[in-house]
Amino acid sequence: MDTNKRFLVGVYDDDDEVMAAVKTVRASGIKIHDVYTPFPVHGLDKAIGHPRTRIPMVAFMFGTLGLITMFVFTLYTMRLDWPMNIGGKDYYALPDFIPPMFEFTVLFTAFGMVFTFFITNGLWWGNKAVIFDLRSTDDKFVMAIDTASNQKSEAEIEKALRETGAIEINVKEIVEEED
Amino acid sequence: MSHVSAVVRPPLVTGGKSYHDITEDVCRQVEGKPTTSWKIVFAISSLVLAVGTVSVFWTWWDGLGNWGLNKTVGWAWDITNFVWWVGIGHAGTLISAILLLFRQKWRTSVNRAAEAMTIFAVICAASFILMHAGRAWLAYWCIPIPNTYGSLWVNFNSPLVWDVFAISTYFSVSCLFWYAGLIPDLATIRDRAKSKVSKYIYGLLSMGWNGNTKTWARYEYVSLILAGISTPLVLSVHTIVSFDFATSVIPGWHTTIFPPYFVAGAIFSGFAMVNNLLLIVRWTFKLQDYITIEHIETMNKIITVTGSIVGIAYITEFFIAAYSGVSYEQYAFINRATGPYWWAYWAMMTCNVVTPQLFWIRSIRRSITWTFALAVVVNIGMWFERFVIIVTSLHRDYIPSSWAMFSPTLIDIGDYVFTFGLFFVLFLLFAKYLPVINMAEVKAVMKSSSERFPYKVKPSSKKPGQHVTE
Repeated sequence: MDTNKRFLVGVYDDDDEVMAAVKTVRASGIKIHDVYTPFPVHGLDKAIGHPRTRIPMVAFMFGTLGLITMFVFTLYTMRLDWPMNIGGKDYYALPDFIPPMFEFTVLFTAFGMVFTFFITNGLWWGNKAVIFDLRSTDDKFVMAIDTASNQKSEAEIEKALRETGAIEINVKEIVEEED
Repeated sequence: MSHVSAVVRPPLVTGGKSYHDITEDVCRQVEGKPTTSWKIVFAISSLVLAVGTVSVFWTWWDGLGNWGLNKTVGWAWDITNFVWWVGIGHAGTLISAILLLFRQKWRTSVNRAAEAMTIFAVICAASFILMHAGRAWLAYWCIPIPNTYGSLWVNFNSPLVWDVFAISTYFSVSCLFWYAGLIPDLATIRDRAKSKVSKYIYGLLSMGWNGNTKTWARYEYVSLILAGISTPLVLSVHTIVSFDFATSVIPGWHTTIFPPYFVAGAIFSGFAMVNNLLLIVRWTFKLQDYITIEHIETMNKIITVTGSIVGIAYITEFFIAAYSGVSYEQYAFINRATGPYWWAYWAMMTCNVVTPQLFWIRSIRRSITWTFALAVVVNIGMWFERFVIIVTSLHRDYIPSSWAMFSPTLIDIGDYVFTFGLFFVLFLLFAKYLPVINMAEVKAVMKSSSERFPYKVKPSSKKPGQHVTE
């Protein structure tokens, strides 16, 4: 179901300021919808209260899958399906298969992790970006606050944004699919 | 909040640029109409590509008999060019992956262009794989897929098969790494776009990126892990390329020093090519404030280090040949230096070992003219290195009656020309339609490493030369 959501959008022009603002605003009991920045601001995810990402675990699992896939594949092709006598050596000459196993580990890790990253963050070709302020991919740091989900009044939120150094405060209505 | 570099370090972004200036300076050439100089260079590159394409077509139409190969010298320019191009590609991954792990902030302004160079260089290298296959349409035979021969699989004991896996993994992972890094910048261009077409194209490519906190947090982990896995990957690629030679029993090839020696040589030539390309890019796009003399000097230092490693490797090879007591091995090396291909050997020695040592002189290291000239010299030298290793090791084999020389035909030259055309056409398209500098990453190091924000560093809390984490 589509609903029209009303947001108060605070625009900051410095990464350190928005960082401090997030901490102050959260401490004053206002729930922040999200912060949009033109580049990664270290520690912002922690300040906003996101748990640590589990993407390294995903990467590790895909890597392991790649390793096992190539191990099984070389075992099947070189030992089980069509064993070849090459200079009387072992059919399954493990050291020789380490390079392809390594390459598959890297290949699976990279593609598995990046596509997990795409999917979990709603990135896909054709997806429309939810933009609160067009300058948030240029030089502005944008804090969006969902007014409906907050106990505090709009005036209080606006005051908090202004006190933490927002140079502009705008109202933005976004048609968002309920999740 | 962020890591602050020593105050004695020169700034990486000069000219007092703000965050917005970065966006403006980098997006300018993406959003503007192609300049006349760009059109001229693009036309020339396309012409070169067209001429080369005729040559490649002829290679496939008529067969490899068109090349100057003979029964003794069965590998020559094709593999020389292949190794040369793959080697050039290595610098891009080194900058984007290894320097990320080492937290080298100067990499942020050069990594995008260097990675693009990697991808295009690997495409050029791959085109030689297809060319030297002779029947390019049967190239899929190197892929282990079930077939009508009762599933006769590829031989996984062979370094050539490892190479198929290494190069294809390297290419696809490099593309992915590059693309993942491009998404935030593509979103910047999308949000600035005026025309419907560019809004649509950059919107499609940026996949709905809006720079929210969680995406950035995950993005940083993704970059870090990609860097972590690309580092052994890039080392494995040239190691495996060197295995193509080192695991054979040809005197001059059968040496254990090959993997590190090849990797060092690859980084050496790659940085030379990065320097060449970036000197042109910074000048044509007026990006001198982002790709500063400091950046160029740093790359020249890496060229000096890797060039010296290569030099030591050349000398070590000679020593080991003498020390081994194997007369064939000894002959292979004496023949390299004093035989009919002495000029190739000494060209290699001069270009790779002697001239890069000029970079010990600070004024040469920081001179644009010298840098450009010496970078060209390095790439000539590295081409000769591969030629020396491949052709001079083969041309005098065990039976003197089969000794032969190699001379390239017009088609050999045309196929090499093809890859130059391809490389520059791709690079020019990249330079025009994509941001040549990673805007998001440069913005992220502004606080610590630009001229604009020195006041952010509290002088009371640190002494000069000290690293402080605030």
